[in-house]
Amino acid sequence: MLVLEKHAMTDEIEKLVEKYGKDRSSLMPVLQEIQKKYHYIPEFAQQEIARVLDIHPVEVYSFISFYSFIYRQPQGRNIVRLCKTITCDMAGKDGIVKAIERELGIKFGETTKDKRITLEFVNCLGMCDQGPALLINERVHPKVTPETAVQIINELR
Amino acid sequence: MEKIKRNGTVLFSEYSRGEAVKKALTQSREDILLELRESKLKGRGGAGFPTATKWMIVAAAQAEEKFIICNADEGEPGTFKDRVLLLEYPELVFDGMVVAGYTIGAKMGIVYLRAEYSYMRASLEGFLESMRNDNILGKNICGKEGFDFDIMIRMGSGAYVCGEETALIESLEGNRGEARNRPPYPVNTGFLGRPTVVNNVETLAAVSHIIVKSGAWFQKHGTDKSTGSKLFSVSGDCAKPGVYELPWGTKISELLEIVGAKDTKAVQVGGASGFCIPKSQFDRKLSYEDAATGGSIIIFNESRDILKILKNFMEFFVEESCGQCTPCRIGNSKLLEGVEMLENGKYTFAYMNKLKDLGRTMQVASKCGLGQSSPNSFISILENFKSEIFNSNGGKNGF
Ligand code: SF4
Ligand code: FES
Repeated sequence: MLVLEKHAMTDEIEKLVEKYGKDRSSLMPVLQEIQKKYHYIPEFAQQEIARVLDIHPVEVYSFISFYSFIYRQPQGRNIVRLCKTITCDMAGKDGIVKAIERELGIKFGETTKDKRITLEFVNCLGMCDQGPALLINERVHPKVTPETAVQIINELR
Repeated sequence: MEKIKRNGTVLFSEYSRGEAVKKALTQSREDILLELRESKLKGRGGAGFPTATKWMIVAAAQAEEKFIICNADEGEPGTFKDRVLLLEYPELVFDGMVVAGYTIGAKMGIVYLRAEYSYMRASLEGFLESMRNDNILGKNICGKEGFDFDIMIRMGSGAYVCGEETALIESLEGNRGEARNRPPYPVNTGFLGRPTVVNNVETLAAVSHIIVKSGAWFQKHGTDKSTGSKLFSVSGDCAKPGVYELPWGTKISELLEIVGAKDTKAVQVGGASGFCIPKSQFDRKLSYEDAATGGSIIIFNESRDILKILKNFMEFFVEESCGQCTPCRIGNSKLLEGVEMLENGKYTFAYMNKLKDLGRTMQVASKCGLGQSSPNSFISILENFKSEIFNSNGGKNGF
């Protein structure tokens, strides 16, 4: 990371901490906002957040490692999450998996080379009455079929 | 956001925004608590603790600060009632929080919204803003001198265990979502060590109706021990999945009829952490005293493989256990291994019985609700579906 980029990130973190309060309870929202921009939490950001909130960097690391929606590794620009819990499974999840993997040439758990898409499984999205359900970034797509799922994904930039 | 007209006698009955707040502010705190006690409302998340008792403890506490937290971390497989409440009836939930704030003496309410529901955030923030504009939130609410209260939304980050109230509080405080030892309970030592009420979304929605229509009215619905109505999230093999408001005490068979389920083999009541109920028990009643549930109803027809279902549940728990205590961390992996043995036909009855015992140990020895309830599916499926499980694999392993 360039020095300039580091400065910019420090600034950003300081602003966020100001917004949410210089208290440990701001950790989650601060991380969430950093991630929105960078698609993961770079190591430097972890250290800076720890410094500004006055906690040990290990604590930040340990926090991040606990939550499945916060990442320590760079992710694709779009995160495609497919529900693998029971009702979506019964509604045809496996067919969706096959279609998406075939189309993108990667497996669930992987990211495309161009960093366009990361594929992930998730547990119940609260859309069980309308499965199979996809969560793409922050949007849910109910009742997808192999065909519509691929169509939606192909539109992602 | 289109609002479909839903039918229901209690939660989906008529209500206009701010109604409960305005009425509550004309009453004394004691009167509200008495009204709530008369309603016999119990927590709708599944644990079923009397709401009035929770509120009374916090109302009576002496503290600089108190909090009301709305638990919107709905993560139980098969549950989506909070999604419907928050999207279509936010006024019920938020008004309930304001009433709670007034009654217990809190100035701040926090909605802990699961990350999967991020898409709702903008509309919820907009709704809160309109409440501020109409002085249902903010300073001197509805002209009540000295009653200041506001609500903020905090997002989760994909951890099922944070639906457990102490794990939720840990998460809000900037820690891993690991459940705390209890006691002390959140009502004494909650968010930032302050007395805190944590209520389910549906519980708060019920409060708004109780304030407007009285505890006696609420109590008339449902059964003696389970008053009011319940939102059931119905999914799986049926013609009309969705959220239904039904009185407590409704029989499973009646519910199946309503949602158009045919050839039903089994019903999972209470989600992955609930119980799998076979056909022979479909006359059981959905209520705290019989088939208790936070509202998740998953229907399986004759074509479903019961072991596959159990495996899905056990994989879920292995992933979602916070790993803090041994019975849950190791126990769930062992139970999953057991399901795999059954699948491959490589098991002994002696070992399966041991696993059931392990499950019973987990129910008492785990630190929080996750580990205490995760063996429920395993035990109920092994007991209720013996013939299917042990006669499968071509029958050769069965006898
Ligand atoms: S029971 Fe499971 S989820 Fe709960 S504290 Fe123990 S390991 Fe964590
Ligand atoms: S099981 Fe997929 S959304 Fe609930």
